[in-house]
Amino acid sequence: MSVPKPPADPRVLNRRDALRGALGLGIAVEFLGGRAFADSEGVQAGKKLVVIICRGGMDGLSVSPPVGDPNYQALRGPIAIAGFGQPGGALPLDHTFGLHPALASVHALALKGQARIAPAVATPDRARSHFEAQDVLESGGTVVYGTSSGWLNRALQAMGPAGRVQAISIGATAPLLLRGKIETASWAPGGAPERDHRLPGILQDLYAHDPLLSQALASGLSTESMARIAAADANQLLMADAPAPAMAAATARPAGDAAMMAASTAQTQPAAAALARFNPRQNADQARKLGATLAGLMIQPDGKQIAGVSFDGFDTHANQGAAQGQLASRLVYLDAFLDGLVTGLGPAWKDTVVVAATEFGRTAHVNGTGGADHGTASTALVLGGGLKRGGIVGDWPTLEPASLFESRDTAPTLDMRGLFKGVLSEHLGVERRALDTLVFPDSAAVAPAAGLVA
Amino acid sequence: MAIDRDLKAAIAATRFGLGARAGEIDAARADPQGWLIAQIRAEGADQPQPGAPTAAQRFAEFRDYAQERREAKAEGGVQKGDRTDPVKMAARLLRDDAGADFLARVQLAARTDADFRERWALFWCNHFTVSATKLVTATLVGPFEQEAIRPHVFGRFEDLLVASSTHPAMLTYLDQAQSIGPDSLAAGRMARGGKTGGLNENLAREIMELHTVGVDAGYGQADVTEFARAMTGYSVGGPRQDSDQIGRFIFRAAAHQPGARTIMGRRYGQDGEAQALAVMRDLAASPHTAHHIAVKLATHFVADDPPPALVERLRRSYLDTQGDLAALARTLVAAPEAWDPQARKFKTPYEFMVSAWRAADTVPQDLKGVAPILNGMGQKAFSAPSPKGWPEEAAVWCAPDAIIKRMAWSEGFAAGAIAGRDPSQLARDALGARLTPLVAQAVARAETRPEGLAILLMSPEFQRR
Repeated sequence: MSVPKPPADPRVLNRRDALRGALGLGIAVEFLGGRAFADSEGVQAGKKLVVIICRGGMDGLSVSPPVGDPNYQALRGPIAIAGFGQPGGALPLDHTFGLHPALASVHALALKGQARIAPAVATPDRARSHFEAQDVLESGGTVVYGTSSGWLNRALQAMGPAGRVQAISIGATAPLLLRGKIETASWAPGGAPERDHRLPGILQDLYAHDPLLSQALASGLSTESMARIAAADANQLLMADAPAPAMAAATARPAGDAAMMAASTAQTQPAAAALARFNPRQNADQARKLGATLAGLMIQPDGKQIAGVSFDGFDTHANQGAAQGQLASRLVYLDAFLDGLVTGLGPAWKDTVVVAATEFGRTAHVNGTGGADHGTASTALVLGGGLKRGGIVGDWPTLEPASLFESRDTAPTLDMRGLFKGVLSEHLGVERRALDTLVFPDSAAVAPAAGLVA
Repeated sequence: MAIDRDLKAAIAATRFGLGARAGEIDAARADPQGWLIAQIRAEGADQPQPGAPTAAQRFAEFRDYAQERREAKAEGGVQKGDRTDPVKMAARLLRDDAGADFLARVQLAARTDADFRERWALFWCNHFTVSATKLVTATLVGPFEQEAIRPHVFGRFEDLLVASSTHPAMLTYLDQAQSIGPDSLAAGRMARGGKTGGLNENLAREIMELHTVGVDAGYGQADVTEFARAMTGYSVGGPRQDSDQIGRFIFRAAAHQPGARTIMGRRYGQDGEAQALAVMRDLAASPHTAHHIAVKLATHFVADDPPPALVERLRRSYLDTQGDLAALARTLVAAPEAWDPQARKFKTPYEFMVSAWRAADTVPQDLKGVAPILNGMGQKAFSAPSPKGWPEEAAVWCAPDAIIKRMAWSEGFAAGAIAGRDPSQLARDALGARLTPLVAQAVARAETRPEGLAILLMSPEFQRR
């Protein structure tokens, strides 16, 4: 029942700490994929996919601000990102679009042709409800409750005979994205039973006729051992990276459970952005380590090829901020996570694609409280070492008053399913027929986005 | 299907209640339904902390801190360690205030004899979620539940809805307090002063979607916007108000959007505060709300995929009694579908830990033994992930990692809690007629007493209700 003590050498955040911190920040990581797939022949062998769900309605107009769009500054007012070259200005992608200044790592990738934006993508859902829209985003259906499994789980079914591909999740709860026929494991730091205990064996017997509990227990036990290996790897990587005394200060944590609860709660919360700014390095360091740890789990010999990650805190109704502020602090975290992931993957980055998407965007107009309300289309980020160079993915509808969806939101020009289909097809070789029926039911009319992966 | 009274008593204590303490199933045996009905009372649920600081006091304290901090900043920076250090302050607020509130709630659940009443209250706390996901609301969740929810859980739904929607915690959590009608006097004043302010539709949307009619009720964006306009002015007293208004609900007439509103086809010509009240009354009376509440109750008490007959019974009860929640509770207890011998609900981490304390007849004494464990199992104290509250589905909570955590906690807990008692007796007390021969045998064959208790806690019958 005791809480793990801080590591002896404070420069080395062990993975348990890094992940615990990350979980405190409202982050969960899930893995899918497995050995059978890795061993299989064909173009997809060794290919990796990471899907990041940014929960809460991530504001595409700040993630990839269209600073060259003549209506942008006026619509956005105090939450507009400044133009290219100005203080706190957008990092240029083309004449129209930039990236939020917090996304420096993503920008560096973009300059190498390894990151692109889809600036007006949306799921088929138009209700502007977080819960409905997240359901549709993760289930891959057209309507809420259309299906009770996640499209990523069904994509695995499409990639091989059922049962050959294993699934694992990190985080204490299982997200819809991964639920389904393919059994999902999960792991999160803390609380592992000691080995050689009798209890797991006794419970396995007791659960013999209880599929829900027996699968969860078996899967949880087998994941523990794998996690130990990955933790060791991540530690080595981070020790090599650990630069300065500054980091020692940043990673020292308050002692005691209540203080831990307090600190992690405070950092989680948008309203406590003051606290997040108080030590932004600590947040970013944790995110970078989480990314590196995920990479470590993916490049092990038995590593997972497919992972799902979810970040929350993007519901910025008030005090969203511009170059700095609430949304910026979430983007700093996202950027650091991606940086850690790319660094950790090393040579495997060339075989990896990452997609970061959200359930809906936010209103084009700033609202009365320095934020934006629930909208429609938003930006998805597509990253990968083997991406095909190109401009934006999909069309830009512009922010002309007449072009706004229902006179308030960025209009969707690309179906989210088309984006995911394009990645599954070009990167992992999933067949069109499976994409149109099994993975995204009744979606024959939605064409896969083309030209994403070289 | 006839269910014998022993099984009914076990179901009463474990499914409707929070898990049986020693002697509880015996107490329910004479009349299991009557035992539950007797827990329904007009004055509402029990209060975890009678006499605790009010939301208004907490609010004022937070405002004072923010003010001091601004002053300290203006005078040349925040000193680490002093009262204006935000990290120290956050830690103190969460540990001393929110932590104490949460611990008190857990202790009430662990020791109450009226555990159906407490489960009923927790259901409504989750239905009207205020989450500690903002520092200012973290210390208000406990007072919110005490002031807005618990007194009304056996009253009329309409009163509960209004109490929730006018409580400073909800007004702050869902950004209503700062929402200003675009054509209001306040908006005009702010514009002349070079400031901007305007509408925030967050609370209005969630009242419709989550608290009342539900997302399928056929309303559109225009209805949400109109309701948000009707609600403008619903706010919380700040430093500029009289001291007795600070941290309390106030109606800011100057912030209210003037004019009549039309919401879901009905016109609301009322002036000021009465306008949103009239909308809430209609939302509460809507058949969509009856259906939404019926589905949620049946899902919480019986099955993730609830029997349609039960939903229909609850829906009709709600409509026939104009949302009388005591009548609704009695309908639930009387419904044969609620007594299905098969336990289909997988306990949430909170429910699991509470039922374990009850089974072992212990009450947790400090937050350390509660909050970090719940956090690890995915249910952080007072911190539901969204206004929708904690999910119900077994698939969410029975994740592999969560089961490993439950097992690890059960082992540690059992070692400290067994205190030389016979685990077989604890198993009979906790599950009554729901105890299967297989589990009884595994408990009896345990190598040590703590192992026996851990097996009981991790048994499929104990993990479900």
